[in-house]
Amino acid sequence: MSYVIIGNGVASVGAIEGIRKVDTTTPILVVSEEDTPTYGRPLISYFLAGKIGLDRVSLRPDEFYEKNNVEVKLDTRVAAVDTAAKTITTEAGEVIEYKELLLATGGVPFMPPIKGIDGSGVFNFTTLNHAHMLLDLSKRIHRVVVVGGGLIGLKAAEALRYNGLSTAIVELGSRVLSAAFDDVAGNLVAQQLEDKGITICCGTTVEEILRTEQGEVIGVRLANGQKLACEAVVVAIGVVPSLDLAKDAGIAVNRGIKVDDNMSTSVEGVYAAGDVAEAPDMIAKEGRVTPIWPNAFSQGYHAGLNMASEEASPHPGGLPMNAISFYGLPTASLGHVNPSEDENCEVFTFTDEENGVYRKLVFRDEKLIGYVLVGEVDFAGLYTGFIRFGLDITPDVKEELIAGKPSALLWPEEEFDTKWTPAAE
Amino acid sequence: MRRVYPNKDVCIGCHICEVACLTAHSASNDVVIAAKEEVATGLQPCKAVYDKGQLSVALSCRHCDNPSCVSACISGALYKDQETGRTCYNEEQCVGCWSCLMACPYGAVRRNVTKGKIIKCDLCEGREMPACVQACPNNALVYESR
Amino acid sequence: MLFKPISQNFSDFVIDRENDRCINCEVCVRQCSYEAHYWDDARQCVSHDHTKCVGCHRCEAFCPTGCLTIKKNPADFRDNALWTPTYMKHVYKQGDTGGILLSGMGSPADKPIYWDNLQLDASQVTNPSIDPLREPMELTTYLGSKPDKVSFEETSDGPKLTTKIGPQLKLNYPLMFSAMSFGSINLNLHKAMAMAATELGIAYNTGEGGLHPDLYKYGNNTIVQVASGRFGVHKDYLNAGSAVEIKIGQGAKPGIGGHLPGEKIDEEVSKTRMCPVGSDAISPAPHHDIYSIEDLLQLIYAIKESTEYKVPVSVKIAAVHNAPAIASGIVRAGADIVVIDGFRGGTGAAPTMIRDNVGIPMELALAAVDNRLRDEGIRNHASLVVAGGIRCSADAIKAIALGADAIYIGTAALVSVGCTLCGRCYTGKCPWGIATNEARLKKRQNPEVAAKRLANLVRAWGHEIQEMLGGMGLNSIESLRGNRDKLRGLGLNETELDILGVKHAGR
Ligand SMILES: Cc1cc2nc3c(=O)[nH]c(=O)nc-3n(C[C@H](O)[C@H](O)[C@H](O)COP(=O)(O)OP(=O)(O)OC[C@H]3O[C@@H](n4cnc5c(N)ncnc54)[C@H](O)[C@@H]3O)c2cc1C
Ligand code: SF4
Ligand code: SF4
Ligand code: SF4
Repeated sequence: MSYVIIGNGVASVGAIEGIRKVDTTTPILVVSEEDTPTYGRPLISYFLAGKIGLDRVSLRPDEFYEKNNVEVKLDTRVAAVDTAAKTITTEAGEVIEYKELLLATGGVPFMPPIKGIDGSGVFNFTTLNHAHMLLDLSKRIHRVVVVGGGLIGLKAAEALRYNGLSTAIVELGSRVLSAAFDDVAGNLVAQQLEDKGITICCGTTVEEILRTEQGEVIGVRLANGQKLACEAVVVAIGVVPSLDLAKDAGIAVNRGIKVDDNMSTSVEGVYAAGDVAEAPDMIAKEGRVTPIWPNAFSQGYHAGLNMASEEASPHPGGLPMNAISFYGLPTASLGHVNPSEDENCEVFTFTDEENGVYRKLVFRDEKLIGYVLVGEVDFAGLYTGFIRFGLDITPDVKEELIAGKPSALLWPEEEFDTKWTPAAE
Repeated sequence: MRRVYPNKDVCIGCHICEVACLTAHSASNDVVIAAKEEVATGLQPCKAVYDKGQLSVALSCRHCDNPSCVSACISGALYKDQETGRTCYNEEQCVGCWSCLMACPYGAVRRNVTKGKIIKCDLCEGREMPACVQACPNNALVYESR
Repeated sequence: MLFKPISQNFSDFVIDRENDRCINCEVCVRQCSYEAHYWDDARQCVSHDHTKCVGCHRCEAFCPTGCLTIKKNPADFRDNALWTPTYMKHVYKQGDTGGILLSGMGSPADKPIYWDNLQLDASQVTNPSIDPLREPMELTTYLGSKPDKVSFEETSDGPKLTTKIGPQLKLNYPLMFSAMSFGSINLNLHKAMAMAATELGIAYNTGEGGLHPDLYKYGNNTIVQVASGRFGVHKDYLNAGSAVEIKIGQGAKPGIGGHLPGEKIDEEVSKTRMCPVGSDAISPAPHHDIYSIEDLLQLIYAIKESTEYKVPVSVKIAAVHNAPAIASGIVRAGADIVVIDGFRGGTGAAPTMIRDNVGIPMELALAAVDNRLRDEGIRNHASLVVAGGIRCSADAIKAIALGADAIYIGTAALVSVGCTLCGRCYTGKCPWGIATNEARLKKRQNPEVAAKRLANLVRAWGHEIQEMLGGMGLNSIESLRGNRDKLRGLGLNETELDILGVKHAGR
C-alpha cells in the first residue's frame, strides 16, 4: 500500500521529500488534477512576462519522481475520500487504497458575484494553464483590467504589462497589497507600477463587466461610475481552500482543513498541508490559513515526516511572509505587519523616498514580530531570525535593528552558540 | 557532514576570509583581478564578517538539515543534495525573487544585484577545504562534522 | 600635514603600497592598531601615514595581495660615527616630549654577543658520536638543591637511597618560558604558555602579575613569581605552582621597579593582581622588606613554610657587576634555584637608557657565578638558570656548557607567536595581540594556535640539542653541564676567555 498525496503543488513536493527522509521504500502515489509535473506556481508570472521559458518552470529535475519512487497520476481529479475504508476514488471511478493520505489540494481562485462575470474573456491567474491562456490572449488584445490589488493581481498586471498591454488594476481597499503592506510600502509599490504605465484604481470595485451583445468583453464599470475599456478581465482577489473532498469525508474543516502541529487532520492517517490547511500560526498561536509558498512546502515536509515516522515532528508554526519585486523594486514582508491599536505593539518606520527605501519593524513584548522592507531587502533574513527564533530584544538591540543594522551578533549569546557553534560531537 | 563552524572568541575581524571567498569564486582565481575587475561585473563573496564592539564573527550558510531557504525557493534553484547533505544552489534556475533571502533566518543568502540572482555559500564546491577556512589566520573557522 | 616636526620627518619606517595590487579591502586598516593605514574618504581608497608606522609588519603579513612592504626610511642623516640616527632621534623625541625615553623588548644595542664567539666541539674517531634517532638521549632536568653526597642502603629489593633529597622541579627539556606577567602580556598567551608547558612537561613562569583562576589547573607546570609589588600573592597562589620564584631584579632594567599603566588593568587583570581596575600597578624598585641577604633568607623561608617545603624556591636577579657574590649569598640564604637575567632580557617597558646601559651580558655573569659557586663548594646547593637573549638551541646548549642547568626563553617564545620586536610593548597596542589586553587585539592570539607554536619551538630546540649532544658523543644533558671543555672561544681576548673559562679555538 502506498502513501497517497492528492495535489501536486509544492506541499506535495515537500511531503515527498519529508517521507523519503524517513522511509525510502514504501511507494508514493501522487494524484493531480493538473496535467503538468510540479512547477513553481509563482513562476507563472515570470513565464507570462517572458522572463523565463517553459524549460525553467519545473520545480524539481525531471527524474525527481522516478528517483523517489513516486507514481504520478496527472490529469486525474479525485472525487471522494473514504477514511473508513482508507481509499480514494478518482473521477473516472478508480478506487485506490492508501496507507496514509495527504490532502494538498491547495486553493481555487475566488470568483465574486460580479455582474457579467460568467462568459468568455474573464480569467484567473493561478496555474500554468492560466498563464498559457493569458500569453495567447495578450497577442490578440490591447487592454486588460486586473481585479484585485493583492500580490497575485499585481504580478499578473506586471506580467501583462510586459506583454505590451495597457493594464489597469482595480482594488477595493485604499491601497494595493493591503494584507502584507502598510500605506507607505503599498504606495511605493504603486508608484513603481504607475511609473511603468499601469493604472491603479483604489477604493473602488468592479460592479459590472461590460460585454457586447455577442458577449465579448469591452470594459468594466466601477462602483465609482468610471468605465474602463478592456478586452479581458483577470480576477485575482484571493484563493479559497479546496475543501470539498475533506468536507465530504467528514474531516473537520473551518476556513481550511483543520490540522494540528503535526499536520494531522481530525481523522487518523489523514494529513493536510499547504494552501488548503488551517494550521497553527507561529505568532498568532491559533489556526490560520496562510496561503504562501514557504508554508506550503514546510507543512508538506512535516506532514511527510509524520506520515512516515512514528516519532512526531511538529511544524514550528506558520509564518506569513512575502518577498516580491516589482520592476526591480524588491520588497519583503514577514510576520505581523499591520497591528491594530489595541495590540500594544511598538512600530518603527524609516522612509527614504528619494531612494525608494522603506523599513517598518513591529515589536511586541520585547520581541520582533513583523517587518516590511522596500528597496533594501538585503538584511531581511537577519530580521527573520529574530522573529523565527523569538529572540529577546534588549533596548540596545532594538536600536540597532531600527537603524537597519541587524546582525547575528545581536542574538543572545546562548542562542548564537547553539545555532552557529554547536559543541563538537 | 562537514560544515564550516565559526569561533567568535578568536575571530579577529580581519575579513581575510571574505577576500578568500571572493577569490575562490572568481573566474580568474587571482585576488587582484577578482577584486578589481570581477567585482565590477557582479562577483561577490558568500562569507560575511559581522563586527560588534570587541566581537567579530564570519558567517555563511549553515547548510541546515531542514533549510528554510529551500522551503521558500519558488524555482527549485535551491535544493538539498541527499548524498552530500549540502544545501545546493543552481544559479541557472534562480529568478531573483529573494524569497530565500527573506526566509533564511541566518541571513546567509545575499543578493547579487548585478546578476539579479542570489549568492550563497557552496562550501567551495570542488575544493578539499573551503577557502575561508584555509585562509583564516587565527583558526577562527573550522571545517568539521559536529 | 603641512608641517611635520623633525621627529616625524625622520620616522623609522615608510610604507610602500603597490597601488596596482591594492584592492582596498581594508585588511591593513583593521590590522594596524597604530592607525598608520586608514580609509581616505577624499580619495576613496586606502591610504597611509608613514610616521605612525612602528615597523611591526602586521599589515604586510596580512595583506591578501602582498602589496605592502614596510621599509626602513631611506631619508639619510649625514654620516656621523658619533651621532648615529638612534641618538638623534632620541634627542628629537625628548625635545618633543620632555620625558624619559621608554622602550619595550630587550636591548637592540650593538654590544658583544658572546654566543657568537663560542664554538662547540664534536667527536671524531676517538670517541664515537651518538645518533639520537637510534639511541636514548636524555634531556630531563631536575631543578632544585642537590645533596653533597648520597648514601644507600642494601635491601632485598636492591640498593635504596637513604639521603633525603629536597623538592625538585622536573623538566623534560632544559627550557622554560620566562616570567612575563599577566597584564604585560594577556591571558591568551598565559594560557598558551601553560598549555604548551603542560604538553611538553616543562614549566612556565607567571611573572609578577599573579595567576588567573582559569590557569590553576596547569599548576604542575607553573612557577609562581613573587615580586616587590606582591601582586596577586596569597597562600593559594604560592601553593598553586611547582616552584616559587622571588624576583629581585630583571635584566632589562636592573635596579628599577615596574610600572603597569592603569589602561592595561582591566577587570581580569585587576582580579588576578588584586589591585583596582584602571589604577597603575607599581612594583617598587626594591622589596621593601629585603635590605640584606638575611632579609632575603627570611622571605625564602617564609615561602618554604607556607608551601610546606614541597616546592623549590628560586631567586632571580639581574646580571650586574657583583652577580657572583650576590648569587653566593642567595644560595646561602636557602634558595634552591638561582636565576641570572642578562641585560638583553626582554621587558614590557623599560627606560631606554637603563635598558641599553645597565647590567652585563648574561654569558659572562653565568660563567662567573658558576665559577664562584663551584669555588665555594656550594654549586650543588642550587640549580642555576639563565635568561636573557637566548635566540636558538645553540645559544642554549652553550649556556649549559658554561654551567647553566636550564634556560628561560622569553623573547624567543614571543617571536614564535608572531612578535616582530617592534619594541612598542609599553603602548599596550601590540598589533600581534601579545603585549596588550585590549579585547579586540588580544584575540589575535588564539591560545590553541599559540600553544602549538610554543610547543613546536621547544620540541625543535630539543631535537637540535640532542643532535649537538650526540655529535659531542654525549647521551645526556647532564654530561654537558659546566663542561666548558666542549667550548672554544673565537676572537675573544685573554680576559674574556678567562672569565668564560674556555680556551681559544685551536688550543
Ligand atoms: C501567480 C502566483 C504567484 C504567487 N507568488 C507567491 C510568492 O511570491 N510567494 C509566496 O509565498 N507565495 C506565492 N504564491 C502562493 C503559492 O504559490 C501557494 O501558496 C502555493 O503554491 C501553495 O501550494 P500547495 O501545494 O498548497 O497548493 P497548490 O500549488 O495550489 O497545489 C494544489 C494542487 O492540487 C490540485 N488539486 C486540487 N484538488 C484536487 C483534487 N480533488 N484532485 C486532484 N488534484 C487536486 C490542484 O490542481 C493543484 O495542482 C503565488 C501564487 C500564485 C498563483
Ligand atoms: S541559506 Fe540559510 S536556511 Fe538555507 S541552508 Fe543556509 S543557513 Fe540554512
Ligand atoms: S531568489 Fe532564487 S534561489 Fe532564492 S528563492 Fe528566489 S528563485 Fe530561489
Ligand atoms: S579570516 Fe578568520 S579571523 Fe579573519 S575575519 Fe574571517 S573568520 Fe575572522
